[in-house]
Amino acid sequence: MFGYSRWRQRGRKGLAAKPELAQLQVVIASPEPGCDGYPQLASSEAYHLTITEPVAVLKADEVWGALRGLETFSQLVHEDDYGSFLVNASEIYDFPRFAHRGILLDTSRHYLPLKSILTNLDAMSFNKFNVLHWHIVDDQSFPYQSIYFPELSNKGAYSYNHIYTPTDVHLVIEYARLRGIRVIPEFDTPGHTQSWGQGQKDLLTPCYSGKQPSGSFGPVNPILNTTYDFMTKFFEEISSVFPDDYIHLGGDEVSFDCWQSNPKVNEFMKKQGFGIDYAKLESYYIQKILDIVSSYNKGYMIWQEVFDNKAQLKPDTVIEVWMANNYVQELSRVTGAGFTAILAAPWYLDYISYGQDWKKYYSVEPLNFPGSEKQKKLVIGGEACLWGEFVDATNLTPRLWPRASAVGERLWSSRNVTDLKDAYKRLSNHRCRMLSRGIAAEPVFVGYCAHEARGR
Amino acid sequence: MAAASPRRQRRGHAGAAMAARALLMLAAALGPAGAVWPRPQAERPAPGGGRCCLLPRRFGFAYAASSAVGPGCAVLDQAFRRYWELLFAGARSEGHEQPCGKPCAQLLVSVASPGCDGFPSLDSKESYELSIAQDSLLLSADAVWGALRGLETFSQLVGRDEDGTYYINETEIMDFPRFRHRGLLLDTSRHYLPLRAILQTLDVMAYNKFNVFHWHIVDDPSFPYESVTFPELSKKGAFNAVTHVYTASDVKMVIEYARLRGIRVIAEFDTPGHTLSWGPGAPGLLTPCYLGKNLSGTYGPINPILNSTYEFVTSFFQEVSAVFPDFFLHLGGDEVDFTCWKSNPKILAFMQEMGFGDDFTKLESFYIQRLLDIISSFGKGYVVWQEVFDNGAKVRPDTIVHVWKENSPPYKQEMAEVTKAGYRALLSAPWYLNHISYGQDWMEAYQVEPLQFEGSPEQKDLVIGGEACMWGEYVDVTNLTPRLWPRAGAVAERLWSNATVRNLQDAYVRLANFRCELLRRGVQAEPLFVGYCDHEFGGF
Repeated sequence: MFGYSRWRQRGRKGLAAKPELAQLQVVIASPEPGCDGYPQLASSEAYHLTITEPVAVLKADEVWGALRGLETFSQLVHEDDYGSFLVNASEIYDFPRFAHRGILLDTSRHYLPLKSILTNLDAMSFNKFNVLHWHIVDDQSFPYQSIYFPELSNKGAYSYNHIYTPTDVHLVIEYARLRGIRVIPEFDTPGHTQSWGQGQKDLLTPCYSGKQPSGSFGPVNPILNTTYDFMTKFFEEISSVFPDDYIHLGGDEVSFDCWQSNPKVNEFMKKQGFGIDYAKLESYYIQKILDIVSSYNKGYMIWQEVFDNKAQLKPDTVIEVWMANNYVQELSRVTGAGFTAILAAPWYLDYISYGQDWKKYYSVEPLNFPGSEKQKKLVIGGEACLWGEFVDATNLTPRLWPRASAVGERLWSSRNVTDLKDAYKRLSNHRCRMLSRGIAAEPVFVGYCAHEARGR
Repeated sequence: MAAASPRRQRRGHAGAAMAARALLMLAAALGPAGAVWPRPQAERPAPGGGRCCLLPRRFGFAYAASSAVGPGCAVLDQAFRRYWELLFAGARSEGHEQPCGKPCAQLLVSVASPGCDGFPSLDSKESYELSIAQDSLLLSADAVWGALRGLETFSQLVGRDEDGTYYINETEIMDFPRFRHRGLLLDTSRHYLPLRAILQTLDVMAYNKFNVFHWHIVDDPSFPYESVTFPELSKKGAFNAVTHVYTASDVKMVIEYARLRGIRVIAEFDTPGHTLSWGPGAPGLLTPCYLGKNLSGTYGPINPILNSTYEFVTSFFQEVSAVFPDFFLHLGGDEVDFTCWKSNPKILAFMQEMGFGDDFTKLESFYIQRLLDIISSFGKGYVVWQEVFDNGAKVRPDTIVHVWKENSPPYKQEMAEVTKAGYRALLSAPWYLNHISYGQDWMEAYQVEPLQFEGSPEQKDLVIGGEACMWGEYVDVTNLTPRLWPRAGAVAERLWSNATVRNLQDAYVRLANFRCELLRRGVQAEPLFVGYCDHEFGGF
């Protein structure tokens, strides 16, 4: 609130003409406030803020609500032209509309230095986001330094510098926790795994050209026992390193070409009675992974294909709807089958375009799909995704903010908060505020901020 | 090809990933040496593959005995220092220098023509030759501006081994720009850009061999230019008269900083449209609009019918002509909205008097012609946006017409018409870098061929170059650098290099490499595609 102010001088006596707010008292109601634990899907983020003089009161059930209330309070404090900090007497009851409000960062297409991740956790907290979906590895690189399988990053990372050590990972998790942000890692398989094959021989399916191996590799090899031995050990580590109840297991965009070319795979298909339906093989693999992860008492999130391809899923599976075509129908299908859903499809923020595209993100209404009230309740939130093909630390912050803020309000605020003109004013203001807090959020439109970014 | 944009379906398939890895390894193998951006006209690496190494503690730039300029030439003295820093900044932290078998002790610089203290111009010679051999490094150029270009190339030829040794491969380079005017437009009205951002952009322009900074300094939203003659303009028209202005000293600094990098500064004071911010500080300048018979309270373009307008314009541009040393001023003249003029009875009366009928382009041209005469009287030439030509204003034969509209008419047609009428042309239409889109849009910019239009060789000769434009509606210091670089680099090569340099795959490898070099130099250039650099921004 006060750090950026140009008026700030040590020992300076402020003008005391107005009544002074001396204190904000914070009261946590629950006997289990959750101070030393991790935020969860079911955590309470509600808070009640009463601003009167001389003492303002912030009440919340759990610490997570207090964090949200502190953020709100910080936004109510403003500075006048003479350097006085003011806040209007007010009373606020607030709670999030959706419990899962996430940002996806991709650290495989481009490595993101720790500083960049931490800065964005700060920005997320300014926008009341509460989930970091860490898409940590993929085809291009494997920056996660595994304790059980160090060769994965030794061979699969872009370079020895382009890795996240266990210390780095702990730091991200704790930094997030202190901001009430859950860290859900995604280890996407069986597709999107090229980089895994560098450090783990025989994990990926060898592709064939006619009768000979072609030298290239495809998705994880679903027919070998060694695959499941590896996954069992690997996910044992992941389950203990990442404290959240959920792990994202991916399962998207599995190309069947390589499996089709491999004679041993085809033999297996025959034995299993899958015919030529490779979706069945994919589901066979996925189910075994899901069971492995369940055995570690973790819940799982998966991309929609796993559901679309009819794998057997536990009832508390969270399905992430990402395909832009017909996502409305997909939401109906997923919730109609009784599964929890989160929405990402209309919020692919890596898809940049000229102009004020925040408006289209803001105008999405997640519950606008054919379905019963019961179904609507199964949509627990959504995620703004910033895939990394064209993004790294040089452009991440301005690309994400304030565009993601539009998604942040859609997921927190009430359904009827939809007026674009009003949102524009508040968003522009919020953008200037983020600038003064050191977040290089890009402009919404023509104009200026009293405190501009300093530039390098 | 990995360089192809991934499909809309979230991400490319595995094949693209494999190809990308292969290209990355190729790029890494190339290293910074030998991947000059923009590509020189002629390069002949020595067949033997010999190289010499450079020792930071002993390497230096020096003037050759034959050189017509020597120590005291600020342009080169400062360039020597700058390029030494760029080359060896990474060496400082190391204690011991790597032993170096065949050290090259210095780059000798020889400039044929004297002249160090002037400003670069459209006709400046930027050609140079670099001769790199194991026992001698020689840079020769006609003028200091060519020497600057050669120093930049030299800095991109120096590589660094895994053990930290700096080296350069033997080669001969003969280079000169294809087009004389290679510009970048920045807009400091839609958003104020702090001085530091402008200066840094000039640095990166020099790395890319851009040689014109087109400063679109004022426009509708704000007037940050602090005028000595009319201080009220920025006092009332800037976003904030204290924090969001360019003082006279700021402007001087930009001009000198640019000069030292061989970059011309062409200021644009766009009139008669795009002038709302001029109104508060110059009452009576803008046309008052009417709603029926009453003043509406809003304003339109500059009022072309008042003598006071031309008095103001004369005084204002007298100052501008003195402040900005380049021969050319950009006078704008684009997108004049006639609605306000049409609503104003006095204007309508004037139209009648002048016999313009209801053709407001005639009124626009009336203003423009008087403006152009005023500018000429100050000994300046001018660049104008294409509407001035399209609407039939009488302009001097040495006018430069700036083609910016993509369609209506298609820009290739416009280029044909402008040059057919005998005017020199500048191309910007396909290079609006503020128009961002998903994927590797640098490729579209790169593939533009400025001379691909119907016309005679004489017409083609009239195309003096082009400009990449970064309009400011959605751009300020938070996103300027990643949005500009390396995308503007595609335009830089198109304007410098030979017309035959068009291979996208080769360009991708070199540009990706150049981008990593930009990062190493501290420039926040965004990635072209998946991959990595040894030095990451904000990391290591």
